Amino acid sequence: MTLAICGGRLVDPAAGVDATKDLLLKDGRVAEIAGPGKLKELNGAEVLDATGLIVTPGLIDLHVHLREPGQAYKETIATGTAAAAAGGFTSVAAMPNTNPVNDSAEITRWMQAPERGAHVRVFPIAAATRGSKGETINDLAALKGAGAVAVTDDGKPILKDSVMREALAGAARVGLTVIQHAEDTRMTQGASMNLGPVSFKLGLRGMPAEAETGIVERDIRLVTELREAHPHLHVAHLSTAGALAAVRQARRNGLRVTCEVTPHHFLLTEEHVGLYNTHAKMNPPLRATADRDAMIEGILDGVVDAIATDHAPHAMHEKEIEFELAPNGITGLETALGLSLRWLHKEWRMPLGRVLSLLSAQPAALLGLKGRGTLAVGSFADVVVFDANAEWTYRATESKSKAKNTPFDGWAMLGKVRWAISEGRVAYAAA
Amino acid sequence: MLRRLNMNPVASLVRRQLSTPPAPVSPFPYHPGSLLSVLDLSVPEVSELLIRATELENEDAILRDHTLAKRRIALLFYESSTRTRTSFELACKALGADTTLVSSLSSSIEKGESLKDTGLTLRALGAEAIILRHNSSGAAWLLEEATRLPVVNAGDGMHEHPTQALLDLRTLLAHLRPGVGEVGPETLAGITVSIVGDILHSRVARSNMLLLPRLGARVVLCGPRELLPEQAARSGPGLEIERDFDAALRQSQGVMMLRIQAERLAGLQLDLDEYKASYQLTGQRLAAYAPAAVVLHPGPIIRGMEITAGVADGPQSAILEQVTNGLAIRMAVMERALLKSEEGGRA
Repeated sequence: MTLAICGGRLVDPAAGVDATKDLLLKDGRVAEIAGPGKLKELNGAEVLDATGLIVTPGLIDLHVHLREPGQAYKETIATGTAAAAAGGFTSVAAMPNTNPVNDSAEITRWMQAPERGAHVRVFPIAAATRGSKGETINDLAALKGAGAVAVTDDGKPILKDSVMREALAGAARVGLTVIQHAEDTRMTQGASMNLGPVSFKLGLRGMPAEAETGIVERDIRLVTELREAHPHLHVAHLSTAGALAAVRQARRNGLRVTCEVTPHHFLLTEEHVGLYNTHAKMNPPLRATADRDAMIEGILDGVVDAIATDHAPHAMHEKEIEFELAPNGITGLETALGLSLRWLHKEWRMPLGRVLSLLSAQPAALLGLKGRGTLAVGSFADVVVFDANAEWTYRATESKSKAKNTPFDGWAMLGKVRWAISEGRVAYAAA
Repeated sequence: MLRRLNMNPVASLVRRQLSTPPAPVSPFPYHPGSLLSVLDLSVPEVSELLIRATELENEDAILRDHTLAKRRIALLFYESSTRTRTSFELACKALGADTTLVSSLSSSIEKGESLKDTGLTLRALGAEAIILRHNSSGAAWLLEEATRLPVVNAGDGMHEHPTQALLDLRTLLAHLRPGVGEVGPETLAGITVSIVGDILHSRVARSNMLLLPRLGARVVLCGPRELLPEQAARSGPGLEIERDFDAALRQSQGVMMLRIQAERLAGLQLDLDEYKASYQLTGQRLAAYAPAAVVLHPGPIIRGMEITAGVADGPQSAILEQVTNGLAIRMAVMERALLKSEEGGRA
């Protein structure tokens, strides 16, 4: 099938393009790019009129929980990727804290099988250790061979120095990234929010910022020790000023250390827990204002490599319980673009191309997804077309995800997705 | 890759004056009869409750019985309790209400029924108000949101215990401002109250810390670092930390002792001999540093731990007066819960 996207403003930061262009998508690839009305092989193509709209590489979320296998009551690969497409994402990297844990080539392949009914590409991130128990390193070469794009024990940290060192070295040998959920769980027992005056006032046990910062610093020390092997450490959902400073310093020292920040960590603070709102409960927790401000600054000045959602769907009844007992996590796939444009671009004046780069080109580079995160001729036909000026209100009840656990219900968004195209197929079209 | 801008993060944020999303407002309508936190009450409302407590206490028992005649009140208790449960129950009955007690043991809660479903079930059975004691902080908000009934918080986890703070206030007033009727923001001006011991795990401390300064009192928090983190002083105005118990006593007209909550220590290791040496209220200490102060304790007291038997039973102790005051305060609170019925928004 051939698809032409005509009349739109093509913003492709990786290719350095920002101009009105027509695109021809053929056999799942970008076949031709030309000035308006100048496509040569338009014959027979279905034409999408993108006049007045932004045409940009499909967004890439390098941190989602799709809950399959094992927890289909929360989300399935089909429903999660439907939400992804609606949010403009054409690639999602799925975390391994499934049931059973994705620590094998078999599960990694199962997640990518056509029977899962994915609407966009799913790139599994496999567990670094057997059962994510932090003890025995998995067969990383086999996982990579099955399609895993990185390894992590996400949801849990790899606490033991020796195991983390082995994971970094082993992953470097096969060319994989180690993603760390940085939390010293010895300091966060029974805690359900950030440690500080708010947690004291609410009578909730708190997670100290040092529990994150300490692990990031430890990991960077290990990367330094292993620098001859060129390991790549990626810090998941970074949330503290201290951890960001550590990443900043590591980069100055020439180490391959990257990080992602979620929209909730660059927008919200511990004050948003309000009166025990379980939709403001996640791990890492919403932090102090100084930490949130550091996230904004880190994004604006380029230390932060990617915006990721940590999309973590839960069933309604799981969040309608006592705050301390409720599970961690919020959904995010449908709100990331709207919030990023509303705040990073409009409010904080980050150029559009840079915002989009954080959501596509940079995560693609980080995970080594060749031919994605750009629309250069020959790359995958992963495209999102959106109206950058459309202001709208997010309604959780209308979500394509099975889950509705979001603190952003009723929030103003900027930028509405018209089409999401995954490898040349329309995966989402606005009603 | 992107050009790296060399900016001092904090300075540039201030320079650019970035606006950020506002903190949330109260997420759901509440029932004006609810009492979830002492912050739900304005100072005039506190005054009104204290006056009503006295009026109800003095009223003829037969007449009083008509106040809430045959109204249905459920007591929902997820934690064991002697004082609070009995005094709420007697207070409700003194106003003529029918009460029923549901405790987590011996109910369907044991079978896994959620707080929401338990609340909805009680409402379907005709409960017009629920008194909740729960081991999780914030549980009372969840119950109120689920049932939209007036909910009275009888202690939620480590968070608040508002009726305890009101009865403590009544006790302090009786000793330090005898005969006072109406109270206002200056009523306790010049008074220092020390709250001593396991403040981290105490809902009684949190409610008192937020209530007493609004009536003009200075509140001194006293305890070891493990049980009294520095951020406690940032919970509200009028709060100070004094680690030295003797120095705290020297300033105090009221002393509120707290029990070490062994059930909430969560692995915290504490040297009890050292604790007793530093923070036990003994007759000797009291005589030396606060010979005129009134001594309070929300109970249960552990004699020989935070307080000696001599002090607990001694002339400065108001511990049993507190218990009696609880009955009067809870009558006023339950009358407010059921007679204040129009919908409103939380302040």
